[in-house]
Amino acid sequence: MSTLDALLHGFSVALTLQNLGWALLGVTLGTAVGVLPGIGPALTVALLLPVTFGLDPTSAFIMFAGIYYGGMYGGSTASILLNTPGESASIITALEGNRMARNGRAGPALATAAIGSFVAGTLATILLTFLAPFVADLGLRFGPADYFALMVLSFTTVSAVLGRSLAWGLASLLFGMALGLVGIDVQTGQERFTLGLPALLDGVDVIVVVIGLFAVGETLYVASRPGDPESVAPVGGSLWMSRRDWARSWKPWLRGTALGFPFGAMPSGGGEIPTFLSYAIEKRLAAKPDEFGKGAIEGVAGPEAANNAAAAGVLVPLLTLGLPTSATAAVMLAAFQQYGLQPGPLLFENSGDLVWGLIASLYIGNVMLLALNLPLVGLWVRLLSIPRPYLYGGILTFATLGTYSLDHSVADLVMLYLVGIVGFLMRRFDIPVAPAVIGLILGPMAEQQMRRALSISEGNFSIFVTEPIAATLLGLAALVLIGPAVWRRLQVGRSTSAS
Amino acid sequence: MLLKPRCRQLMLLLALAGMGTAPVARAAEAEPMQRLKIMAPAAPGGGWDTTARQMQAALTQARIVRNVQVNNVPGAGGTIGLATLANNLKGDGNQLMVNGLVMVGAILTNRSVTTLSQVTPIARLTAEYEVVVVPAQSPIRSMSELAARLKSNPGGVSIAGGSAGGTDHILAALIVRAAGADPARTNYIAYSGGGEALAAIMGNHVAAGISGYGELIGPIRAGRLRALAISSDKRIPGIDIPTLRESGIDVELANWRSVVAPPGLSTVQRQALLDVVDRMVKSPQWRATLAKNDWVDSYLPGDAFSAYLRTEETRVTDILKSIGLAK
Repeated sequence: MSTLDALLHGFSVALTLQNLGWALLGVTLGTAVGVLPGIGPALTVALLLPVTFGLDPTSAFIMFAGIYYGGMYGGSTASILLNTPGESASIITALEGNRMARNGRAGPALATAAIGSFVAGTLATILLTFLAPFVADLGLRFGPADYFALMVLSFTTVSAVLGRSLAWGLASLLFGMALGLVGIDVQTGQERFTLGLPALLDGVDVIVVVIGLFAVGETLYVASRPGDPESVAPVGGSLWMSRRDWARSWKPWLRGTALGFPFGAMPSGGGEIPTFLSYAIEKRLAAKPDEFGKGAIEGVAGPEAANNAAAAGVLVPLLTLGLPTSATAAVMLAAFQQYGLQPGPLLFENSGDLVWGLIASLYIGNVMLLALNLPLVGLWVRLLSIPRPYLYGGILTFATLGTYSLDHSVADLVMLYLVGIVGFLMRRFDIPVAPAVIGLILGPMAEQQMRRALSISEGNFSIFVTEPIAATLLGLAALVLIGPAVWRRLQVGRSTSAS
Repeated sequence: MLLKPRCRQLMLLLALAGMGTAPVARAAEAEPMQRLKIMAPAAPGGGWDTTARQMQAALTQARIVRNVQVNNVPGAGGTIGLATLANNLKGDGNQLMVNGLVMVGAILTNRSVTTLSQVTPIARLTAEYEVVVVPAQSPIRSMSELAARLKSNPGGVSIAGGSAGGTDHILAALIVRAAGADPARTNYIAYSGGGEALAAIMGNHVAAGISGYGELIGPIRAGRLRALAISSDKRIPGIDIPTLRESGIDVELANWRSVVAPPGLSTVQRQALLDVVDRMVKSPQWRATLAKNDWVDSYLPGDAFSAYLRTEETRVTDILKSIGLAK
């Protein structure tokens, strides 16, 4: 049976009235948990798992897939409207998206996020359908040395979000990296910077920091400046994307997809790094780079496409190799096992109905999500006309509840408000917050991968240049760092020699 | 359609009438416990959480407990949950907590103030065995070949597995010692997620890997990994993998899971919990759960379990000290 036949068969499974119903329930639930801070798709699926046990496995997985994709769609809404991303893959969306909202362009920002998510989700699902085994094998070629090089390359993108002052930007990055060091070291099992507090043994949760720096920090900042017209997002202008918005969005959508899918498919890739890379690339390629930081639509379109494509990419190693590479994937793997199914190459042979029904439902879920989210744009935008005290009071309530729902830990709440105060101070003194989150995500990954690589090579640093992938990526990073300076020097040299 | 509610009333009446005669038949069974809380000291989705939720299903379906609640207290290898059980739930006879071998290691590496001696052991329930694998491309064909390499140059054999001080790491160190090398020289590459460790082994980035049978069986069957040995004491029916002992490595290790109760229970309270768990283990629902999850039944209740816990604590402390993770 060819892939296309199998997919068509999958559609015949997914298009039954019953399974369409489960898909709709899934995407609706997913969108809801995506909008709320803290409560992510992983937790939702885990909590639903015991309830769905009586369900036919195909129907259950169609619903889980809907929750998973829906969560990625919903994540952008709070980022754009309120500058309060609820998960780490949508912090970059907040940078430009919230600026757009403040300029009265919330509608186009939400629309480019929703349509970009649809385009990326659909294209990435096509790639998943036809290239999954190939991409999975490619992902396995990345060893610790290669991942370290990839992190180094990702660090170069920080320059795009550093803001006005290099020193403050780097301070923010280092603050994030320092937070990332807290907790039990993975390689040695020893505590670092825990101050003897058991609550810090597992380190600082990225989600808590994201919600603290953005949602709590933003709320405190808004509360500290009553009557300041700048922090009110006026509702104005067209709700929909203009012809110019479309022209500026479609290329970032495609580039975001091209970045997000392979990163998602990599066993240690994830959904955040492609959003950083996408933002940096769009800023570099934009016709008017000055607009970045003031509400450039490319800076919403690219990263949003990237995180949705990454979500589809994560399913590649899960379905083809049985490797869970994100929290949601790990819960889905547990679900497969609960039904006595073993993901991996044999899953396609043994449970074709389920796998192809699941993949077909991803296409259907994407269409449903677009149909669900576009009409919601108008409704979401009206959120902004809620008086600010109520609106931000609500945000603070949901941020607190969401954080508490993670681990039912009071220590997390203390951390949330401490980080929130830091976020407030950073806003007050115009220090960018995004580099802190980037440092918190990339720092520990870079450190652990470097130490793994060096442990495997028995302390020999040459592993970073003898491994071809690592060497290429480090070369690229060097090019990104010193390339522009060399280029400028050459230009200057040429113009002076011409005159 | 109109008949339906009446049907239900009728059935209710019949049921009520039946109750009058039922006690004779049900006298053999104890009265169901009213309520029970089971704490999973980990986030939803992991092994302890799955065990707690499967217990919940078996206990209610077999009508051993009327109302079972599962709650998650994640963090620090389960030691946060352990501290909660020992300090905040003292004397609560309707509370259990799932734990296992991993917690024994975590207490040591995290220097937890609360230890297992402060709670009431109830029973060991299940075991999962560990498998030693190499990538399909590896020149290493057997456990004795791997052992020979470990003996001559342990640093040159990188072994991937879960977090430092966990079951995989403990087994790696035990194997290195049994192979005749210094366990402190174990070149262990720790990963926090199961998927990442598997990817490193399948991608041929490490020499060998150690993980639970359930996580490895898929890639082994698909021919991506070669299984060298399993950590059980004797061969398991249906699993075609030689034991470590068969390959000349005198080590056996079970990743066991168990339930414990809060401290300060009366003899009656402790006995009630022992009874509830005993009835669950013997229920057809629990049998089905074991089969579905590939868990090996290793039921060991009461005092025998307490003694087993002490020997495991000694063994784990000893090996973690030898690799420098515990002091």
